[in-house]
Amino acid sequence: MTSVTDVSTPVGADVHTLSGAPVVFDNLTRRFGATTALDRFSLNIAPGELVALLGPSGCGKTTALRVLAGFERPDSGRILVDEKDVSTVAAQHRNMGMVFQSYSLFPNMNARDNVAFGLHIRHQRSSQRRAKAAELLDLVGLGEHVSKYPHQLSGGQQQRVALARALAIEPRVLLLDEPLSALDAKVRAELRDQIRAIQQRLAITTVFVTHDQEEAMSMADRVCVMSRGHLEQVATPAVLYSQPATPFVGQFVGVSSRISVTRRGDHVEILGREVKIRGDLSAVPTGELEALVRPEDLDVAVNPTGLGVITHRSFLGATTRVGVGVAGANLRADVRSSLADDLDVGTRVDVSVNARDVLVAASQPAS
Amino acid sequence: MTVQSDPHSATSLDVASRDTKGTSRTTGALVRKIRTGAPVVPFLVYVILVLGVPTGTIVAFAFRSNTGRFTWSNIHTILGTTAQTLEFRTGFENSLKLAVVTAVIPGVLGTIIAYAISTSEHPAFKRITAATSGVLAQFGGVNLAFMFIATLAATNGLVTKWLAAIGLDPWNHGFDLYKFWGVAFVYMYFQIPLMVLIITPAFAGLRPAWREAAEGLGASRWRFWRHVGIPVLTPAILGSMFLLFGSGFSAYATAEALTGGTISITPIQIGSILQGNVIAGEQNIAYALAFAMIVILLVSVVIYVLLRRRTSRWLL
Repeated sequence: MTSVTDVSTPVGADVHTLSGAPVVFDNLTRRFGATTALDRFSLNIAPGELVALLGPSGCGKTTALRVLAGFERPDSGRILVDEKDVSTVAAQHRNMGMVFQSYSLFPNMNARDNVAFGLHIRHQRSSQRRAKAAELLDLVGLGEHVSKYPHQLSGGQQQRVALARALAIEPRVLLLDEPLSALDAKVRAELRDQIRAIQQRLAITTVFVTHDQEEAMSMADRVCVMSRGHLEQVATPAVLYSQPATPFVGQFVGVSSRISVTRRGDHVEILGREVKIRGDLSAVPTGELEALVRPEDLDVAVNPTGLGVITHRSFLGATTRVGVGVAGANLRADVRSSLADDLDVGTRVDVSVNARDVLVAASQPAS
Repeated sequence: MTVQSDPHSATSLDVASRDTKGTSRTTGALVRKIRTGAPVVPFLVYVILVLGVPTGTIVAFAFRSNTGRFTWSNIHTILGTTAQTLEFRTGFENSLKLAVVTAVIPGVLGTIIAYAISTSEHPAFKRITAATSGVLAQFGGVNLAFMFIATLAATNGLVTKWLAAIGLDPWNHGFDLYKFWGVAFVYMYFQIPLMVLIITPAFAGLRPAWREAAEGLGASRWRFWRHVGIPVLTPAILGSMFLLFGSGFSAYATAEALTGGTISITPIQIGSILQGNVIAGEQNIAYALAFAMIVILLVSVVIYVLLRRRTSRWLL
């Protein structure tokens, strides 16, 4: 494996600093037969920002990216790039670099020719193409692999070449369609950092599609959570985690335990304690309710007469995650590993909530 | 290894134990190999009987005189330029010409049809074309020859009559079903669908992401095909053409039934010699001709395999 280039250091005067363009998804709808892949989807992306589109399979994130790239036409709505409507502009004229999930390097070309392809199409001189390709391959840490063909490169190396190829045309927007999902964990983590560092250095507006919340949270300036074709919430990773706007986000992002609660005005009673309901009270459903509680918002203490029983434990490093069975529910709580020695499976414990407010959702039927 | 009688000799016992374990491991590995290889045995036997033995026989007889001695004379005869042996050379030239024509034209047409199949958005069209190609590619020999005689014969051919009725009788425009181009025309009937069958998977292997990547980088559809699609498919197309070449070069029954053996191509010459129609008692020359055909076919298969290897690396 080639070592990763330190991207904080300029590698050549000719690697241009790209200026990012603002992107607006304006009320986009895209249907495939009876399926609505995008349902009045709107999102503003600032110049130089990296926004991750996160959601489960079929939520419309890839469709949104493909509409932006020009591979799909919206049924209604507009795409604005640099305040210009590009909705009807063909993909080949949009000047957007894209990295695909599957290794999409041209197999009949070596790494240099792959990177130089877009420049060749733009009729740049051969010497300029070669120089630019070499610089970009240096940038992604593959300066010694310019003559290798895709089948001679590992998956991670191929995606780096694909990234260099996408950057070579100095795109207004960089599009990443689950570029890391086919890679093993170590390479994924390495490439993730590298992509982020390059993106920040070049200040290029980037849209990154992923179903992996860890990837989205660690790379993006803002994360846009999607479900069934529409936007659930767009926020910074910290806000998304700590203040999910909808039960879907609360459940999809991070780990939550669902605990049956009783509403009392603007509070709910959880495990014997009253906790404020987060968000718009008018949006709280009627009927049976459940609170979504993060593992770090639960306290666990050994008590031989406690109502909870430890059902499992997983060492996560600084913290240990324990499962606690309470009144038929199985809650997950994080405990500092140094304090978790006594929490063996079968130990009786007390469980309490330490959150100031919680998200409340309609009760889900037991599966 | 024999276990020594000394009960305190732990080292000997250890060695014996290790040896026994080693032997059982070797036996186990052998059994596993046999189990894994067993299903292939019938196929190997089949290949040996229908390919290995006949090929060996041909090679052996190609270098044998009528008295059973080793000789180069059969090879010299088929490659000679004397009036008597020129016929064999002409046969080879015609066979090669026929093979090239019925590889290149069906190769191009089959590629165009495969492209149409791969880009079609109608599943029914894809299914029908694939099924039809599968049937027609196998439709050769005597049946095919008589089908063409019934439709394109000089006076009684059904289609000939229709065309003659509108003043387009092909026989009045130089067409002759029983000569070189007539035979080539009939061969194309099964060569085109054969090409479709062979090359369609290669088109399926072209990843949509390549086209989209090229498009995103500013390439038009034509430039994608020029820089990526055609170069990626070229080894597969050439390799498939070499297979068609082999098929056209070695076909016998269709040409024999169609022309009654009057066209001078190597497979028909071999048949004539073996039947004693031309040079009685010179059957070994037929073996030499067959040997030369095997060499040519072997070369085309090797080229096919080499091209295919490159294709399989690109079109997974």
